[in-house]
Amino acid sequence: MRALVIDDSRTMRIVLCRQLARLGFDVLEAADGRQALDVLASTGDDPPALATVDWNMPVMDGLTFVQAVRQQSQWRQLTLVMVTTESEHGQIVRALAAGAHEYLIKPFTPEALADKLELLGLHPTGAVA
Amino acid sequence: MTLSSTAFGYVSDLVRKEAAIVLDPGKEYLVEARLLPLARAAGISGVDEYVATVRASAGPAERAAVVEALTTNETSWFRDREPFEALTKTVIPELLESASVRRKITIWSAACSSGQEAYTIAMLMADHVLPRGWTVEILATDISTEMLERTKAGRYSQLEVNRGLPAPLLVKHFHKVGTQWQVSDQLRSMVKVQRLNLAGPFPPLPTFDIVFLRNVLIYFDNSTKRSILDRTRRVMSPRGFLLLGGAETTLGIDDRSWARTPAGRCTLNRPLTGAHHDPSLTPATPLVSAAGVR
Repeated sequence: MRALVIDDSRTMRIVLCRQLARLGFDVLEAADGRQALDVLASTGDDPPALATVDWNMPVMDGLTFVQAVRQQSQWRQLTLVMVTTESEHGQIVRALAAGAHEYLIKPFTPEALADKLELLGLHPTGAVA
Repeated sequence: MTLSSTAFGYVSDLVRKEAAIVLDPGKEYLVEARLLPLARAAGISGVDEYVATVRASAGPAERAAVVEALTTNETSWFRDREPFEALTKTVIPELLESASVRRKITIWSAACSSGQEAYTIAMLMADHVLPRGWTVEILATDISTEMLERTKAGRYSQLEVNRGLPAPLLVKHFHKVGTQWQVSDQLRSMVKVQRLNLAGPFPPLPTFDIVFLRNVLIYFDNSTKRSILDRTRRVMSPRGFLLLGGAETTLGIDDRSWARTPAGRCTLNRPLTGAHHDPSLTPATPLVSAAGVR
């Protein structure tokens, strides 16, 4: 099962990639929403199952990315989890209304990420205990 | 039960050095709740004494156990999904039949810790379509008055709401107060709190249709488990349901008093009518104290 990590912070990409790899995902990366759309397009008929999406990024922010993905039927199976420092009630409502499935607020623990994926029924094989 | 400043200072230094976790003064309740199971497992009655033992031993395994207890064992919402699926898919539909005259469902969240389980149940009950005229009461009990105050307040940190609470339920049932999240008045009105030591005689309690007694029995010896199960059965409706933790069972502990029915990946324990009662199972003296460990 593949996951796409979208974050403009290299450190956060490393953290998320490590945690997702530990949970058994093969991980792709993108540094902004535009780049993420390109990565998705390059996966053709086999898009990732999951994308973690930062909100504030240059070029294309996370909310715009979510809206763009939801307009494309070929990516309807893609589970979108916002992973961001934006923590206001109204922002979570906006992200969910735009089509995000879940919302994780930074800072978060590896267990919190695993909990969210469990809620979403994402169980990759090959997880490291 | 109050943690000494020496013990708290040692633990907070340890977790800061080992895991970069900052435990500010005021978090003594957290240290107590997390370390009490370890103390109990080591045959030590108090956390202070346990911390002194860890300190004296200077063993890496003991220190690691302390660090682990304070880092990975955070309370989460919907902890283990199966009991909550069993609640909505099996238990509630059956109670709608069996409690149709009373039109009231009474639920006990035993050893409630900081209240996540009680409010998880409240969210499910609030969102579950109950027929008109039905009411739900949830009693959350714990031995720790600090935990009960936290449950009553229903206010949680960002880290706490990150743990297993679906975002749609967060925005539906909570609002933000500063950096914290406040449970809605609707849910708070469904949850009452009461201090209760599971290992001692129970105070007067309502008759429960559903009891969540999860991840608590594992910390007791078999005779205390039997005693707790016996007293729990006496405060349950004959058609009630008992849900235990994933590593807990009535099997081999109190076989003659409980029927076990699978519900998905979870087991529902139901009190047997006319169950055998052994008076020796209800000691008046608590053997150990039971804190909420979620």
